[in-house]
Amino acid sequence: MTPQDTEYNFAYLDEQTKRMIRRALLKAVAIPGYQVPFASREMPMPYGWGTGGVQVTAATLTPEDTLKVIDQGADDTTNAVSIRKFFQKVAGISVTEKTAEATVIQTRHRIPERDLEAGQILVYQVPIPEPLRFLEPRETETRKMHALAEYGLMHVKLYEDIARHGHIATAYAYPVLVEGRFVMDPSPIPKFDNPKLSNSPALQLFGAGREQRIHAIPPFTRVVSLDFEDHPFERGGADADCAICAASGVYLDEVIVDDAGGRMFVCSDTDHCRERLEAGHRGPMGAPAEGEAA
Amino acid sequence: MYVAVKGGERAIDNAHAWLAEARRGDVSVPELSVPQIREQMTLAVNRVMAEGSLHDPDLAALAIKQARGDLIEAIFLIRAYRTTLPRFGASEPLDTGAMAVSRRVSATFKDAPGGQVLGPTFDYTHRLIDFSLAAEAQANPQAETAEAPPPPRTPHIAEFLDAEGLLQPEREDAGAGAPPDLTRQPLAFPATRALRLQALARADEGFTLSLAYSTQRGYGRNHPFVGELRVGVVAVEAEIPELGFAVEIGDIELTECETVNQFAGSKTEPPQFTRGYGLTLGHCERKAISMALVDRAMRWQELGEDFAGAPAQDEEFVLSHCDNIQATGFLEHIKLPHYVDFQAELELIRTLRREAAAGPDPVKEAAE
Repeated sequence: MTPQDTEYNFAYLDEQTKRMIRRALLKAVAIPGYQVPFASREMPMPYGWGTGGVQVTAATLTPEDTLKVIDQGADDTTNAVSIRKFFQKVAGISVTEKTAEATVIQTRHRIPERDLEAGQILVYQVPIPEPLRFLEPRETETRKMHALAEYGLMHVKLYEDIARHGHIATAYAYPVLVEGRFVMDPSPIPKFDNPKLSNSPALQLFGAGREQRIHAIPPFTRVVSLDFEDHPFERGGADADCAICAASGVYLDEVIVDDAGGRMFVCSDTDHCRERLEAGHRGPMGAPAEGEAA
Repeated sequence: MYVAVKGGERAIDNAHAWLAEARRGDVSVPELSVPQIREQMTLAVNRVMAEGSLHDPDLAALAIKQARGDLIEAIFLIRAYRTTLPRFGASEPLDTGAMAVSRRVSATFKDAPGGQVLGPTFDYTHRLIDFSLAAEAQANPQAETAEAPPPPRTPHIAEFLDAEGLLQPEREDAGAGAPPDLTRQPLAFPATRALRLQALARADEGFTLSLAYSTQRGYGRNHPFVGELRVGVVAVEAEIPELGFAVEIGDIELTECETVNQFAGSKTEPPQFTRGYGLTLGHCERKAISMALVDRAMRWQELGEDFAGAPAQDEEFVLSHCDNIQATGFLEHIKLPHYVDFQAELELIRTLRREAAAGPDPVKEAAE
């Protein structure tokens, strides 16, 4: 075990709080896609900045774990850095930027490109866990709708999108049906990532701190993006390759490079991009990789 | 040329160093001490204690210093600290009738046992900037002290109306059983009145004020009179299991407000006065009065009133949005990068625009 700051219990939360969260996690795993209320604590970072994910990670970590934290697919975005440093300080665990080496990955808005493996845990930060929230603002109503599997409102919304735009006009936080029962918000990941939710060997946990909800997708659970037979789910994604590592079929960020409309596309998953560079792949803007070890 | 999104860690360290420097300000000006804030910014300290739900003036003053005077940030610091503290138990119900009042006013009776005590109030000051305060090292201001000791009990004004049966009695079941703890159980609806009051006691002052104001202007109007507003020090007692009886563990300052509200009666209740209740840590009058108005507005169901659709009547709306730490966190999180989501939207909008420019086919197809 690595030394840790002795002022805090391991991973910051006290053991009673962790037990309460673990109970909620077990219930969430037992009822895939169901939102389990939990007594979310005030954390030393703001609500809306990953407090749900942080609490789930804290309740999940063991001293032997290796943690990776990403935001927008990248390890070096400011909030990911902040959360990673937090756990280094209060849990003394080892951290990594390599998806393959991590046992617990906390993420905001992305699923890593690399296929996750059995034994890995992916913890999502969730702002609004309720997929019906913007159709029905009242929690008292939406809980009833889930209990009765009354999802007509959602299908009407998707239909109206098609009637109006020719497409389902949801690009991220695209609703899914989990194991044929609960409609779930997968957190604001781009819909490009939705297929990776299904049948994953990894355990996927979702924590919403401010909204006091936890939900889960156990390994090898069927997760279907909502669609219609004549308007099947479209994954989307930029029609380009990564300018640095030449990857195709991955999620790309669009970067504005000058004030004359010039733009380039690069991997959103920085670890995936690094891995490809190290393997010798080069895009038009890819610099040599030496000294660039993450 | 593309600049890699690296360096977040160093940028954060530098930002924190700059924050520390900015907090200190001009070093030729003496640094504020925590006791100075505690003693001279008392009302800020009180607000931080009330909304932070923690009675600790020194810690609240330190939080204000650390937060550069941003009170919501200071409240946040207190909340994050509070949540790590162990819970030893609940105190006995506070006896605010035994409060050593420093201020006690009633708007419903000209005089009543216990009298009107104005106390340290801004109420009748003329709001003219006092330039003499800009000069430092003035003579210490000193107010006169009453010769008679304060009475041991100051009865609540509501008790007089109560005795005549004009005021709706507080229901027994409202306070029955162990008090709920909002910080240890997830909020669920419908909420009991005890839970609503607990949420309002730590609710944002501005939000509570505006909701209360909206009821005065007609959105869920409930005709409030300030039956009584009192500020003072109350003893806190807790039962020690080993002893088997309650002992005094300290004194805290509180503000309590009871409103008396006109009520014409409903299908289930005869005409009578009803009440709203507000209680805060420290001296926070505006908050306590606002809380009482909002409490009363949310009682429509219990009193058989109509739901007028007013925000202040709607407990789910009020309780879900009254916490400034939740609100500010979620509001400010939109500063965080969202470029993955934005990219997805960008692609969708481009697709929709391309198809809109090409012709109306998809619309026809879906509408057939």
